[in-house]
Amino acid sequence: MADTDIIIHDEKDNVGVVVIEKITSNQDCNCWIMENDKSVTIQSKNEIPLGHKIAMIDFKEGDTILKYGHDIGKVVKDIKKGEHVHVHNVKTKKW
Amino acid sequence: MEIPKSFLGFKRENGRVGTRNHVVILPVDDISNACAEAVANNIKGTFAIPHAYGRLQFGADLELFFDTMIGTGKNPNVAACVVIGIEPKWTKRIVEAIAKTGKPVEGFSIEGAGDIKTIMTASKKAQEFSQWASEKQREECPLSDLWISVKCGESDTTSGMAANPAVGNLMDKLEPLGVHLCFGETSELTGAEKVCATRGSTPEAQKKFMKTWSDYNDFILKEATNDLSESQPTAGNIAGGLTTIEEKAFGNFQKIGSRKFIDVLTPAEEPKKGPGLYFMDTSSAAGECLTLQAAAGFNIHLFPTGQGNIIGNAIEPVVKLTGNPSTAVNMKEHIDLDVSKILKREMNMDQAGDELINTTIRAASGRLTCAEVLGHKEFIMTKLFRSA
Repeated sequence: MADTDIIIHDEKDNVGVVVIEKITSNQDCNCWIMENDKSVTIQSKNEIPLGHKIAMIDFKEGDTILKYGHDIGKVVKDIKKGEHVHVHNVKTKKW
Repeated sequence: MEIPKSFLGFKRENGRVGTRNHVVILPVDDISNACAEAVANNIKGTFAIPHAYGRLQFGADLELFFDTMIGTGKNPNVAACVVIGIEPKWTKRIVEAIAKTGKPVEGFSIEGAGDIKTIMTASKKAQEFSQWASEKQREECPLSDLWISVKCGESDTTSGMAANPAVGNLMDKLEPLGVHLCFGETSELTGAEKVCATRGSTPEAQKKFMKTWSDYNDFILKEATNDLSESQPTAGNIAGGLTTIEEKAFGNFQKIGSRKFIDVLTPAEEPKKGPGLYFMDTSSAAGECLTLQAAAGFNIHLFPTGQGNIIGNAIEPVVKLTGNPSTAVNMKEHIDLDVSKILKREMNMDQAGDELINTTIRAASGRLTCAEVLGHKEFIMTKLFRSA
């Protein structure tokens, strides 16, 4: 089993979480999907620290981020697959 | 793992079991703190629980104050209690309610006597209680005597991935054994509230949850003067990778595993529907939430943290766990259980739940938690509105 760099909670999720100290830009990362025990790979576009999210697909402004299989917020600035997903490009739909 | 059947606890007069044997000096109000602390300083084996309120409160806020004070004294982790207030009336109300448990309790009021005379008379009673309590022995008790409360803090994405689901795994394993369980943090379920409501075991519980959540959310929106995304998630949450309240809520919610809650409790309300999981309406501030859960009678607390919240509680031992490998190393003295191996897939959730059960039983049986050894005795009153 290759070392896991990114964990994805649910098969439906479109973001993953970095679980090593950090991933560097243009790193080929191994992702493990907890729900179904499948593995996928992705190439990062940014340096992303432990605990922070990576985009698993391309997003357009207004798209919805799914984590735990649920809606956790809206995209406010286009995000490319492999980029860092956080408060600079995603906002709550609640307040 | 075969789950141990028992732990070592202190059997109390009313049938409840304590995981600790505290002799508490309880001030009724802010101005009685000095006297209570002087008594605790005089008499070894006791400690005071100073706080900021207890004067000119009224209505629902006053009732919550009494529920918190009385519930704290009644908690089975308290062997005996000395209550000190400025006036006799409120002091007596608290003493009489605590006395219903059958435990030794006595009240003193300062007005007309002064601090020094009150310190002397209260110290004599505290000495008697301390020596009496020191002879109490731990006895083997079934796990169903555990009342476990949970709350997470300084969460990050590792909380939802490792530490919180480890607590959920423990709940899934212990609930069938007749343990009382409690989660709260009404405002931190925002974004996951509809999913959380479906976990009510009856339509009444589901309805009660949605009303409780909506009322709290309405209050927050009414009082908000700025973008709430600056306080929820907190700066610590954001540093740890949590982006929105919804993401935090779904992570938070992992703590209850696949359990259903049987009732919704008001702040500090004692559960009365028997063993199982309860939701309590609380703030998401750790000090306030834990104080309310302890006042409802919970005797041990599990606290998953991501970035490293250091909270303890005056009467409830707080067991802390983290899934964040940096926190586990850099804040080692605060962490009772490190489950960060989950991130490396060197530990699965079943193993993490088992380790947490063992850690919890050891703490319940007397092993001091990190928060206790480091002197954390937070006791924070939930204030509903300003005093008259």
